[in-house]
Amino acid sequence: MDFFVGHYNYWVVIFLMLVGLYTVISRGNLIKKIIGLNIFQVSVFFLYISMGTVEGGAAPIIAEGVKLYSNPLPHVLILTAIVVGVATTALALALVVRIKESYGTIEEDEIHDLDHSL
Amino acid sequence: MIDIFINVTLLAFLAITSVAIVRMTNLFAIVMLYGIFSLLSAGLFVVMDAPDVAFTEAAVGAGISTVLMLATLALIRNQQKPYYAEAPQAHRPWLPLIVVAITGAALVYGTWDIPGFGDPNAPAQTHVARYYIENALPETGVPNIVTAVLASYRGFDTLGEVTVVFTAAVAVLLLIGGRRPKPAVKLKDKGEQDEA
Repeated sequence: MDFFVGHYNYWVVIFLMLVGLYTVISRGNLIKKIIGLNIFQVSVFFLYISMGTVEGGAAPIIAEGVKLYSNPLPHVLILTAIVVGVATTALALALVVRIKESYGTIEEDEIHDLDHSL
Repeated sequence: MIDIFINVTLLAFLAITSVAIVRMTNLFAIVMLYGIFSLLSAGLFVVMDAPDVAFTEAAVGAGISTVLMLATLALIRNQQKPYYAEAPQAHRPWLPLIVVAITGAALVYGTWDIPGFGDPNAPAQTHVARYYIENALPETGVPNIVTAVLASYRGFDTLGEVTVVFTAAVAVLLLIGGRRPKPAVKLKDKGEQDEA
Protein backbone atom coordinates (compact mmCIF):
# COMPACT_ATOMS: atom_id res chain seq x y z
CA MET A 1 0.00 0.00 0.00
CA ASP A 2 2.86 2.37 0.87
CA PHE A 3 4.53 1.56 -2.41
CA PHE A 4 1.28 2.26 -4.28
CA VAL A 5 0.69 5.65 -2.58
CA GLY A 6 4.36 6.56 -3.02
CA HIS A 7 4.33 5.89 -6.75
CA TYR A 8 0.75 6.71 -7.76
CA ASN A 9 1.77 10.26 -8.75
CA TYR A 10 4.52 9.02 -11.04
CA TRP A 11 2.23 6.50 -12.73
CA VAL A 12 -0.43 9.12 -13.45
CA VAL A 13 2.33 11.42 -14.75
CA ILE A 14 3.43 8.65 -17.13
CA PHE A 15 -0.19 8.07 -18.20
CA LEU A 16 -0.66 11.77 -19.02
CA MET A 17 2.66 11.80 -20.88
CA LEU A 18 1.55 8.83 -23.00
CA VAL A 19 -1.85 10.40 -23.72
CA GLY A 20 -0.03 13.50 -24.99
CA LEU A 21 2.38 11.43 -27.07
CA TYR A 22 -0.47 9.38 -28.55
CA THR A 23 -2.36 12.56 -29.51
CA VAL A 24 0.70 13.99 -31.23
CA ILE A 25 1.36 10.77 -33.18
CA SER A 26 -2.14 9.68 -34.15
CA ARG A 27 -4.23 12.84 -34.65
CA GLY A 28 -3.94 14.79 -37.89
CA ASN A 29 -5.49 18.10 -36.81
CA LEU A 30 -2.72 20.59 -36.04
CA ILE A 31 -4.53 22.28 -33.13
CA LYS A 32 -5.12 18.91 -31.52
CA LYS A 33 -1.44 18.07 -31.95
CA ILE A 34 -0.51 21.30 -30.13
CA ILE A 35 -2.89 20.45 -27.27
CA GLY A 36 -1.29 16.99 -27.10
CA LEU A 37 2.13 18.61 -26.76
CA ASN A 38 0.76 20.82 -23.97
CA ILE A 39 -0.60 17.80 -22.06
CA PHE A 40 2.84 16.18 -22.38
CA GLN A 41 4.40 19.37 -21.03
CA VAL A 42 2.07 19.57 -18.01
CA SER A 43 2.90 15.95 -17.15
CA VAL A 44 6.59 16.91 -16.93
CA PHE A 45 5.66 19.77 -14.59
CA PHE A 46 3.92 17.24 -12.32
CA LEU A 47 6.97 14.99 -12.35
CA TYR A 48 9.16 17.84 -11.04
CA ILE A 49 6.68 19.17 -8.47
CA SER A 50 5.97 15.64 -7.17
CA MET A 51 9.69 15.11 -6.61
CA GLY A 52 9.94 18.41 -4.69
CA THR A 53 7.09 17.60 -2.30
CA VAL A 54 8.03 16.71 1.28
CA GLU A 55 5.60 14.83 3.53
CA GLY A 56 4.27 17.31 6.13
CA GLY A 57 6.23 20.18 4.60
CA ALA A 58 4.88 23.71 4.17
CA ALA A 59 5.00 25.94 1.10
CA PRO A 60 8.52 27.43 0.80
CA ILE A 61 7.75 30.79 2.37
CA ILE A 62 9.72 31.48 5.56
CA ALA A 63 7.34 31.78 8.54
CA GLU A 64 7.61 31.63 12.33
CA GLY A 65 7.35 28.16 13.80
CA VAL A 66 7.60 26.22 10.53
CA LYS A 67 10.39 23.65 10.53
CA LEU A 68 9.88 21.71 7.32
CA TYR A 69 9.53 23.24 3.85
CA SER A 70 9.03 21.59 0.48
CA ASN A 71 11.88 21.85 -2.03
CA PRO A 72 11.85 25.35 -3.65
CA LEU A 73 14.15 24.52 -6.56
CA PRO A 74 11.69 22.50 -8.74
CA HIS A 75 9.13 25.28 -8.22
CA VAL A 76 11.55 27.84 -9.65
CA LEU A 77 12.38 25.66 -12.66
CA ILE A 78 8.72 24.93 -13.40
CA LEU A 79 7.72 28.61 -13.07
CA THR A 80 10.20 29.35 -15.85
CA ALA A 81 9.01 26.35 -17.87
CA ILE A 82 5.33 27.38 -17.73
CA VAL A 83 6.06 30.85 -19.11
CA VAL A 84 8.37 29.52 -21.83
CA GLY A 85 5.75 26.87 -22.67
CA VAL A 86 3.10 29.50 -23.32
CA ALA A 87 5.52 31.46 -25.52
CA THR A 88 6.23 28.40 -27.67
CA THR A 89 2.50 27.55 -27.81
CA ALA A 90 1.81 31.06 -29.10
CA LEU A 91 4.45 30.57 -31.80
CA ALA A 92 2.95 27.22 -32.82
CA LEU A 93 -0.55 28.71 -33.03
CA ALA A 94 0.78 31.57 -35.20
CA LEU A 95 2.28 28.96 -37.54
CA VAL A 96 -1.13 27.20 -37.68
CA VAL A 97 -2.79 30.49 -38.69
CA ARG A 98 -0.23 30.96 -41.49
CA ILE A 99 -0.68 27.36 -42.68
CA LYS A 100 -4.45 27.83 -42.78
CA GLU A 101 -3.98 31.00 -44.88
CA SER A 102 -1.66 29.32 -47.39
CA TYR A 103 -3.20 25.85 -47.65
CA GLY A 104 -6.81 26.42 -46.62
CA THR A 105 -6.75 23.49 -44.18
CA ILE A 106 -5.18 22.44 -40.88
CA GLU A 107 -5.45 18.68 -41.46
CA GLU A 108 -2.02 17.14 -41.79
CA ASP A 109 -2.89 14.61 -44.53
CA GLU A 110 -4.61 17.26 -46.70
CA ILE A 111 -1.54 19.51 -46.40
CA HIS A 112 0.60 16.53 -47.38
CA ASP A 113 -1.59 15.85 -50.46
CA LEU A 114 -1.47 19.53 -51.49
CA ASP A 115 2.33 19.54 -51.21
CA HIS A 116 2.62 16.53 -53.49
CA SER A 117 0.09 17.71 -56.07
CA LEU A 118 2.02 20.94 -56.77
CA MET B 1 -4.27 11.79 4.96
CA ILE B 2 -6.76 14.26 3.46
CA ASP B 3 -3.87 15.61 1.35
CA ILE B 4 -3.30 12.20 -0.21
CA PHE B 5 -7.02 11.77 -0.86
CA ILE B 6 -7.30 15.15 -2.67
CA ASN B 7 -4.11 14.39 -4.56
CA VAL B 8 -5.39 11.00 -5.78
CA THR B 9 -8.79 12.43 -6.76
CA LEU B 10 -7.39 15.41 -8.70
CA LEU B 11 -4.91 13.22 -10.56
CA ALA B 12 -7.74 10.86 -11.53
CA PHE B 13 -9.75 13.86 -12.82
CA LEU B 14 -6.73 14.96 -14.86
CA ALA B 15 -6.39 11.51 -16.42
CA ILE B 16 -10.12 11.44 -17.31
CA THR B 17 -9.97 14.95 -18.81
CA SER B 18 -6.95 14.08 -20.93
CA VAL B 19 -8.66 10.97 -22.33
CA ALA B 20 -11.76 13.06 -23.11
CA ILE B 21 -9.54 15.55 -24.99
CA VAL B 22 -8.13 12.77 -27.16
CA ARG B 23 -11.56 11.36 -27.96
CA MET B 24 -13.35 14.67 -28.73
CA THR B 25 -13.65 15.90 -32.30
CA ASN B 26 -15.10 19.37 -31.68
CA LEU B 27 -12.20 21.84 -31.56
CA PHE B 28 -14.02 24.39 -29.39
CA ALA B 29 -14.85 21.72 -26.79
CA ILE B 30 -11.25 20.50 -26.87
CA VAL B 31 -9.92 23.98 -26.11
CA MET B 32 -12.42 24.43 -23.26
CA LEU B 33 -11.48 21.03 -21.80
CA TYR B 34 -7.83 22.02 -22.00
CA GLY B 35 -8.69 25.11 -19.91
CA ILE B 36 -10.30 22.81 -17.31
CA PHE B 37 -7.21 20.58 -17.45
CA SER B 38 -4.97 23.58 -16.64
CA LEU B 39 -7.22 24.71 -13.79
CA LEU B 40 -7.18 21.20 -12.27
CA SER B 41 -3.38 21.25 -12.53
CA ALA B 42 -3.28 24.57 -10.66
CA GLY B 43 -5.36 23.02 -7.86
CA LEU B 44 -3.04 20.05 -7.72
CA PHE B 45 0.01 22.33 -7.45
CA VAL B 46 -1.58 23.95 -4.36
CA VAL B 47 -2.04 20.50 -2.78
CA MET B 48 1.64 19.75 -3.50
CA ASP B 49 2.73 22.92 -1.59
CA ALA B 50 3.68 24.93 -4.68
CA PRO B 51 1.46 28.04 -4.52
CA ASP B 52 3.72 30.13 -6.80
CA VAL B 53 3.53 27.51 -9.54
CA ALA B 54 -0.24 27.27 -9.03
CA PHE B 55 -0.67 31.03 -9.52
CA THR B 56 1.37 30.95 -12.70
CA GLU B 57 -0.42 27.90 -14.08
CA ALA B 58 -3.86 29.39 -13.34
CA ALA B 59 -3.02 32.79 -14.86
CA VAL B 60 -0.80 31.76 -17.76
CA GLY B 61 -1.79 28.14 -18.44
CA ALA B 62 -5.55 28.31 -17.90
CA GLY B 63 -5.92 32.01 -18.83
CA ILE B 64 -3.56 33.16 -21.55
CA SER B 65 -3.20 29.81 -23.38
CA THR B 66 -6.97 29.36 -23.60
CA VAL B 67 -7.41 32.90 -24.92
CA LEU B 68 -4.65 32.33 -27.51
CA MET B 69 -6.25 29.07 -28.66
CA LEU B 70 -9.71 30.66 -28.91
CA ALA B 71 -8.20 33.53 -30.92
CA THR B 72 -6.61 30.99 -33.27
CA LEU B 73 -9.95 29.19 -33.69
CA ALA B 74 -11.56 32.53 -34.56
CA LEU B 75 -8.84 33.27 -37.15
CA ILE B 76 -9.06 29.86 -38.85
CA ARG B 77 -12.84 29.46 -38.66
CA ASN B 78 -14.39 27.68 -41.59
CA GLN B 79 -17.90 28.71 -42.62
CA GLN B 80 -18.65 25.40 -44.33
CA LYS B 81 -17.35 23.17 -41.55
CA PRO B 82 -17.83 24.75 -38.10
CA TYR B 83 -17.03 21.43 -36.41
CA TYR B 84 -14.10 19.54 -37.68
CA ALA B 85 -14.65 15.90 -38.43
CA GLU B 86 -11.87 13.58 -37.36
CA ALA B 87 -9.56 13.15 -40.32
CA PRO B 88 -8.96 9.63 -41.60
CA GLN B 89 -6.05 8.14 -39.69
CA ALA B 90 -2.72 8.29 -41.47
CA HIS B 91 -1.45 5.13 -39.81
CA ARG B 92 -3.31 2.09 -38.62
CA PRO B 93 -4.50 2.87 -35.08
CA TRP B 94 -2.52 0.08 -33.43
CA LEU B 95 0.85 1.41 -34.58
CA PRO B 96 0.84 4.53 -32.33
CA LEU B 97 -0.70 2.44 -29.54
CA ILE B 98 2.20 -0.05 -29.66
CA VAL B 99 4.79 2.76 -29.66
CA VAL B 100 3.06 4.42 -26.69
CA ALA B 101 2.67 1.12 -24.78
CA ILE B 102 6.38 0.26 -25.14
CA THR B 103 7.41 3.77 -24.03
CA GLY B 104 5.03 3.51 -21.07
CA ALA B 105 6.33 0.11 -19.99
CA ALA B 106 9.91 1.42 -20.02
CA LEU B 107 8.93 4.51 -17.99
CA VAL B 108 6.96 2.50 -15.39
CA TYR B 109 9.94 0.16 -15.04
CA GLY B 110 12.02 3.27 -14.33
CA THR B 111 9.74 4.37 -11.44
CA TRP B 112 10.79 1.35 -9.33
CA ASP B 113 13.98 3.20 -8.39
CA ILE B 114 12.38 6.57 -7.64
CA PRO B 115 12.10 7.36 -3.91
CA GLY B 116 8.46 7.43 -2.74
CA PHE B 117 6.28 10.54 -3.02
CA GLY B 118 7.05 12.98 -0.17
CA ASP B 119 10.11 11.12 1.15
CA PRO B 120 12.10 13.72 3.17
CA ASN B 121 15.39 11.79 2.70
CA ALA B 122 15.22 11.62 -1.11
CA PRO B 123 18.43 12.82 -2.82
CA ALA B 124 16.56 15.78 -4.30
CA GLN B 125 15.85 17.09 -0.78
CA THR B 126 19.31 16.77 0.75
CA HIS B 127 21.66 18.84 -1.39
CA VAL B 128 21.24 22.37 -2.72
CA ALA B 129 17.60 22.76 -1.57
CA ARG B 130 18.71 22.78 2.07
CA TYR B 131 21.17 25.62 1.35
CA TYR B 132 18.43 27.78 -0.19
CA ILE B 133 16.00 27.12 2.68
CA GLU B 134 18.59 28.02 5.35
CA ASN B 135 20.24 31.01 3.66
CA ALA B 136 17.65 32.65 1.42
CA LEU B 137 16.22 34.96 4.10
CA PRO B 138 19.54 36.13 5.64
CA GLU B 139 21.26 36.58 2.25
CA THR B 140 18.51 38.18 0.16
CA GLY B 141 15.95 39.42 2.70
CA VAL B 142 13.07 37.86 0.76
CA PRO B 143 10.85 35.52 2.83
CA ASN B 144 9.49 33.71 -0.22
CA ILE B 145 12.30 31.31 -1.14
CA VAL B 146 10.98 30.72 -4.68
CA THR B 147 11.13 34.45 -5.41
CA ALA B 148 14.58 34.71 -3.84
CA VAL B 149 15.96 31.93 -6.04
CA LEU B 150 14.16 33.15 -9.16
CA ALA B 151 15.18 36.79 -8.93
CA SER B 152 18.45 36.67 -7.04
CA TYR B 153 20.39 33.35 -7.09
CA ARG B 154 19.21 32.37 -10.57
CA GLY B 155 18.63 35.84 -11.99
CA PHE B 156 20.47 34.98 -15.19
CA ASP B 157 18.08 32.06 -15.79
CA THR B 158 15.21 34.49 -15.60
CA LEU B 159 17.00 36.80 -18.03
CA GLY B 160 17.28 33.84 -20.43
CA GLU B 161 13.56 33.14 -19.97
CA VAL B 162 12.71 36.73 -20.83
CA THR B 163 14.91 36.42 -23.94
CA VAL B 164 12.96 33.33 -25.05
CA VAL B 165 9.60 35.05 -24.50
CA PHE B 166 10.81 38.13 -26.40
CA THR B 167 12.06 36.01 -29.31
CA ALA B 168 8.74 34.15 -29.48
CA ALA B 169 6.81 37.44 -29.43
CA VAL B 170 8.94 38.84 -32.28
CA ALA B 171 8.46 35.62 -34.28
CA VAL B 172 4.67 35.69 -33.78
CA LEU B 173 4.55 39.34 -34.91
CA LEU B 174 6.65 38.53 -37.98
CA LEU B 175 4.40 35.58 -38.86
CA ILE B 176 0.92 37.04 -38.44
CA GLY B 177 1.27 40.66 -37.33
CA GLY B 178 1.18 43.84 -39.40
CA ARG B 179 0.34 44.11 -43.11
CA ARG B 180 0.86 41.04 -45.21
CA PRO B 181 0.30 40.42 -48.90
CA LYS B 182 -2.87 38.44 -49.64
CA PRO B 183 -2.25 34.69 -49.83
CA ALA B 184 -1.69 33.34 -53.32
CA VAL B 185 -5.05 32.82 -55.10
CA LYS B 186 -3.90 29.68 -56.88
CA LEU B 187 -3.16 27.79 -53.71
CA LYS B 188 -6.39 28.94 -52.10
CA ASP B 189 -8.49 27.68 -55.03
CA LYS B 190 -6.72 24.39 -54.86
CA GLY B 191 -7.46 24.09 -51.17
CA GLU B 192 -11.16 24.71 -51.69
CA GLN B 193 -11.35 22.17 -54.49
CA ASP B 194 -9.66 19.67 -52.29
CA GLU B 195 -12.16 20.14 -49.50
CA ALA B 196 -15.09 19.76 -51.92
